[in-house]
Amino acid sequence: MPKDSGIGAATRRREDARFLLGSGRYSDDISLLNQTYAVFARSEVANGIIKTVDTSEAEKMPGVVTVFTGEDFVDVGGNPAGWLINSRNGEPMKEPKRPVLAHGKVRHVGDAYAAVIAETEQQARDAAEKINADIKELPAVIDMASALSGSNFVHDEIGTNQCYDWGWIEDNREATDNAIKNAHHVTTLELVNNRLVPNAMEPRCSIADYNPANDDYTLYTTSQNPHLTRLLISAFVLGIPENKLTVVSPDVGGGFGSKIYHYGEEALVLAAAKRIKRPVRWTATRSESFMTDAHGRDHATKIELALDKDNNFLAFRTETMANVGAYLSNFSTVTPTILHGTLMAGNYAVPNVYVNVKTVFTNTAPVDAYRGAGRPEATYSLERVIDKAATELGLDPTNLRRQNFIKSDQFPYVTAAGLNYDVGDYDAVMDRLEHHADLKGFAKRRKKSEAKGKLRGLGINSYIEACGIAPSNLIGTLGARVGLYDAATIRVNATGNISVMVGAHSHGQGHETAFPQIVADLLGVDPNNVEIVHGDTSKIPFGMGTYGSRSLAVCGSAIVRGVEKIISKGKKIAAHMMETTDDKVDFDEGVFSVRGTNKTVSFGDVALKAYIPHDFPIEDIEPGLEETAFYDPQNFTYPAGAYACEVEVDPETGQVTIESFTAADDFGNIINPMIVEGQVHGGLAQGIGQALLEGCVYDEDGQLISASYMDYTMPRAADLPSFIVDHTVRTPSTDNPLGVKGCGEAGAIGSPPTVVNAVVDALRSADHDVTHIDMPLTPERVWAAMNN
Amino acid sequence: MYNFEFKQPKTISDAVNALESDEAQALGGGQTLIPTMKQRLASPSTLVSLTAIPEMKGICKNDDGSISIGGGTTHADVASHSDIFSGLKTLAENIGDAAVRNRGTIGGSLANNDPAACYPAAALSAGATIVTNNREISADDFFQGMFDTALEEDEIIVSVKFPNPSSSSYQKFVQPASRFAMVGVFLSNFGNKTRVAVTGASEGGVFRWSEAEAALNKNFSDDSIIDLSIDHKDMIEDIHASKEYRAHLVKVMTKRAVASAS
Repeated sequence: MPKDSGIGAATRRREDARFLLGSGRYSDDISLLNQTYAVFARSEVANGIIKTVDTSEAEKMPGVVTVFTGEDFVDVGGNPAGWLINSRNGEPMKEPKRPVLAHGKVRHVGDAYAAVIAETEQQARDAAEKINADIKELPAVIDMASALSGSNFVHDEIGTNQCYDWGWIEDNREATDNAIKNAHHVTTLELVNNRLVPNAMEPRCSIADYNPANDDYTLYTTSQNPHLTRLLISAFVLGIPENKLTVVSPDVGGGFGSKIYHYGEEALVLAAAKRIKRPVRWTATRSESFMTDAHGRDHATKIELALDKDNNFLAFRTETMANVGAYLSNFSTVTPTILHGTLMAGNYAVPNVYVNVKTVFTNTAPVDAYRGAGRPEATYSLERVIDKAATELGLDPTNLRRQNFIKSDQFPYVTAAGLNYDVGDYDAVMDRLEHHADLKGFAKRRKKSEAKGKLRGLGINSYIEACGIAPSNLIGTLGARVGLYDAATIRVNATGNISVMVGAHSHGQGHETAFPQIVADLLGVDPNNVEIVHGDTSKIPFGMGTYGSRSLAVCGSAIVRGVEKIISKGKKIAAHMMETTDDKVDFDEGVFSVRGTNKTVSFGDVALKAYIPHDFPIEDIEPGLEETAFYDPQNFTYPAGAYACEVEVDPETGQVTIESFTAADDFGNIINPMIVEGQVHGGLAQGIGQALLEGCVYDEDGQLISASYMDYTMPRAADLPSFIVDHTVRTPSTDNPLGVKGCGEAGAIGSPPTVVNAVVDALRSADHDVTHIDMPLTPERVWAAMNN
Repeated sequence: MYNFEFKQPKTISDAVNALESDEAQALGGGQTLIPTMKQRLASPSTLVSLTAIPEMKGICKNDDGSISIGGGTTHADVASHSDIFSGLKTLAENIGDAAVRNRGTIGGSLANNDPAACYPAAALSAGATIVTNNREISADDFFQGMFDTALEEDEIIVSVKFPNPSSSSYQKFVQPASRFAMVGVFLSNFGNKTRVAVTGASEGGVFRWSEAEAALNKNFSDDSIIDLSIDHKDMIEDIHASKEYRAHLVKVMTKRAVASAS
């Protein structure tokens, strides 16, 4: 029976009441007395030398308070890369400075080189148009291959457009080369993982408030990780001491990765607030979001799969060019490397894996982690080349995958790409998929589609991801400049209700519902008496925020550790109340009892006693009932799944419609199955969007062609079928106390290759000799593939 | 957006007077103009709204069987009116989304003559008459290329008079992002005569596909289209479709329009 509260219950999301009623409180809803407005002057060219920026006319415009240019930030720091990646030859990556405002050169369309602060947004916008910038346009560096071979550099001072040339695992290179050279069969595929614009519903917004009385600052900003933002601003960019800077990220309307990073606009409003001693606010226009939010994906890859004569996988070898855009965004260097290369064994017992990634600067917006971050790219390459191999060898794609799966009795399993998968059961997940998707009935459904003139295709995929980022000791050896633990403070109030301050940030994930389920379950209290506090560095412990499907596995585990400390302290208080010692006290379902007796005290009585310690043995027990725990995982978690998609293709137009989509996932233990299902639905929508609809396009001059919803296609409800989602296979993670794995990115990781496999299958059913189509599979691309 | 004056006249003559001032711009439902102004790509000093003029609103059936639609009538009103013939109803039902259909007007769409808009195809195919404050203009003379029409400065579309075809169909292949027509084909059959107008496809804006009309006048059947082809060299090319693909879609959509005409 499903539970109606606590761990495993499909509790409705309590935060939805305010979101659905329009009473959420987003950054832009915050209005401060005497506030001013910032508007940025942004480059209209992709590459140019800033000869002069004349602000004199702008400064005289009505309502203008002050104007900033790149000159104002020459002496402060730059926005750093959070991860050091070394090239195969041992050289450290190239790290050109990313200034608050462009100085000397503009490097992509939308690169801000000046900002106006005025009494109203309108006045600031009018004045920004009066900034006279003499910018000499230079040829743009857009195409990655030309960027690597040419001598036109995005950053002249580094003398190359290559950030690094990374090999993983370099010691495996020769063995992989040999395996491929000597293989019975090698399948090769070149593919592009299309560039995406994140398109969070809420644009970025930052408001700075400076208090001259105490020389301290508050920054309200759309961040997935307020402590990380504070750390970057304090330690690298502006040097404001952490204890003088509070970062608040209230309700945030979606992030998908793009709000992990610190952006120059945050630093600008802080500097401006200090200069004018008034609050300064900025909210991105949708056009600014398109031009300046860190984009996602953008890989060009050649992958080879070697098989022996019995169709066993021998090796995967990939060469990838990954676009980082014009500047290194905070996690842009780790996304195409550690988060991508380490997953290149997939779900397979393959003995050899070698990955080469060249990361490339271009005159485009920065590219960074976006829902899945490296793992969708890995899965896409693997699952497309496996399908192509099955086609070439005349094998059933499901059976080929099953044959090469790591088997459930082989865990823990160290892959050829270096990760230690703790647990899993890929065959069981595939069994669930075959059942729900009725793979046996496909032939009949294909006939039906053909009868109405449509081609029908079936795509299968299996995926694995590494979540719960991350064990700090491991990532430290891999170049991380931060730790990736998380933290929770459990504050039991005197009247027995509980405030839980967490480092994770909820911007769509449902933490305010799911986290109380954990606390309530462990303490035997009503979840409605537990409140989650997040998104304010002055209230919460130093946690690392939300991304990489980490919140439950890492912050949820910190909550468990914190609750354990509460129970431990509670036992001491209960022992005092019941005149025994804490080693004789048990705690179960909200009641402390003395073992072997009928003496009990309730959790509420213990909480009250903690704050009214009239008769405490004060030298043995501190008053209060509040504990903080930091949790650093031992390993990643490894959610895995198998997906199936059936499509119909209109042979006359190339239009693809998704007829069914089935997702079977193993997320380990599940706290709230309804939220999990919602996360999978959202991920699938995003992945299907990437596969069929979304594509960020720059022209050769570096102009962003897909700069609005007139040209950038977002997935809409009508584009999607009713999903079938199964998460009944649960192999609990062995590395965290909840046995959870993470579900936020799975759908976006597993779905793109599933869709493409299905479309290729549909076309081949009509004897079109098509082995691959690059995403997005627009009607024209599919039509062209049928008619080339 | 820059500041502007806003006027909302109640009569056509007041509207024409208001439009005589420098840099005044007529405003229909604002579905193109307002976003353009928000981007600061247009900066009229005065907006003259045409949505409060009673004689420019509504739909009526004329004695000769034709339908007159006021220039200020919204797409939603056209879609839901019982006298509207099937192709035009389908067209109006599928413009943009509900918000667009509740604001956008037929007069605004025709006056703007966006090369991917739907209404120009209907007007041209059905042989509609554009009635302005000064004169009547046949659809064949009205559309003069991308964003270009026969309208003079200060001339307002008061109404559009549609002959009532015996059967009609509108087949739109949407541009996936904007949901404008990547190719839209409107077919009107008047018994012995068929007119086929194509929107979304050509750099010259909406046009009549005369070869298809001739073939259909001989034999009104989708088979008549199979051997036809249309030159792709004047087609639009963008990130969504090549010239060749658009030319191909013109044929496919025309065939479907014939098959579905009712």
